[in-house]
Amino acid sequence: MTAILTPSIVDGSPTLAEHEARFGALPRIPPDRLLAMIEASGLTGRGGANFPAHRKLRALAARHGRKVVVGNGAEGEPTSAKDRTLLAANPHLVIDGLHLVGQMTGAQTRYLYAPEIPYAAAERGVHYVRSPRYFLAGEESALASRISGGPGLPTYKRPPIFDRGINGRPTLVHNVETLAHIALIARYGPDWFRSCESRLVTVTRSDGIPRVAQVPVGTRIGDLVGRGATEVLVGGYHGEWFPVSVAAGMPIRAGILAALGPDRCGLVETARVATYLADESARQCGPCLSALPLIAEALHRLARPGHQPGVRERLERWAGLVSGRGGCHHPDGSVRFVRSALRVFAPEIALHERGRCRARTFEPLLPVI
Amino acid sequence: MDPKLQWNPIACDGRGLCAELFAERIVLDDWGYPLVSDRPVPPELLRDARAAVAACPMFALKLNRR
Repeated sequence: MTAILTPSIVDGSPTLAEHEARFGALPRIPPDRLLAMIEASGLTGRGGANFPAHRKLRALAARHGRKVVVGNGAEGEPTSAKDRTLLAANPHLVIDGLHLVGQMTGAQTRYLYAPEIPYAAAERGVHYVRSPRYFLAGEESALASRISGGPGLPTYKRPPIFDRGINGRPTLVHNVETLAHIALIARYGPDWFRSCESRLVTVTRSDGIPRVAQVPVGTRIGDLVGRGATEVLVGGYHGEWFPVSVAAGMPIRAGILAALGPDRCGLVETARVATYLADESARQCGPCLSALPLIAEALHRLARPGHQPGVRERLERWAGLVSGRGGCHHPDGSVRFVRSALRVFAPEIALHERGRCRARTFEPLLPVI
Repeated sequence: MDPKLQWNPIACDGRGLCAELFAERIVLDDWGYPLVSDRPVPPELLRDARAAVAACPMFALKLNRR
């Protein structure tokens, strides 16, 4: 495992001169050759979907008109700190990537979307737009809405953003970490990238402090969660719980891990997060607005020791009614998270039915701000 | 190709006219919002489908040939 960075140990962002002294000046490479390098590198997006980066780039390059590219550092997920850490430690690398993406796609308009302005952005010719601190702030259509001057809530997905996005223009959105990798591939080449590909992962262990690690691809979940962890939440609040016995051998493909120990109850943690997810609904779609609070309340019931007849059945009914019926993936992701909790913490549900709970501390683990 | 119904959950306000006019393919959930079937609409049901689309006050329903 390699360097661990947290915002608290980042002294101050490097200047452009320091950045160029360390990495060299931004290379001038013809767009077609750059696209080929990105494809050869096999780079996948670091925003959670792991989609091949070159495919999105080529999709926008093929479109006509005045195009827009965005570096997404909104990071609305409370358990993730990698994007703000990267923007503090290496903003110029991200902006390099944004300019390279603009060149590859023919997009002259370049935005950086993040909760705090990296002052590096001011001197490099990108527009900065402050992202609000909502869970859904980083959702692609919400981002496009905000940058277009709207409320920053998800919008109906037709037409797709690469046809009509920001101000009606073809738009491409990349996570800021993806942009940083692009900036490195341009300098050192796809073979270098393949030989030492890494990803940023935020790990939260029993002390509740998120720490960001840069790890080689292929690192396993078990390498990061620490001894004593019994369950791990993989992929944040739209991700899934796994027993550590199952997940330890899995290679890391998501950028967020939160490890639970035997002294806490996963149902209590999940119920608290479910309330947060309900509160963070954009409140635009009836099923989401109606079902998520009910699901959260049902989870709070299951989180209390005592006999709870019918709660699981009602919860499953609401989950089935809301999944896939929102304007964005908030209900689907939330249901995936909740269902995984019901699977993995089935022993705790049984324990609660008998009036007991495994928790030895009331201190919450998973953050809801 | 038979067309399919396309539902915009953001525009939808749960008024329910669609379910009244096209009960074969639209029912309401526990909260009054439509569960819209994504099966292709055959010719004999097209009139009811078009009535549902036209009646929606929020323009949340469309019939798509693609």
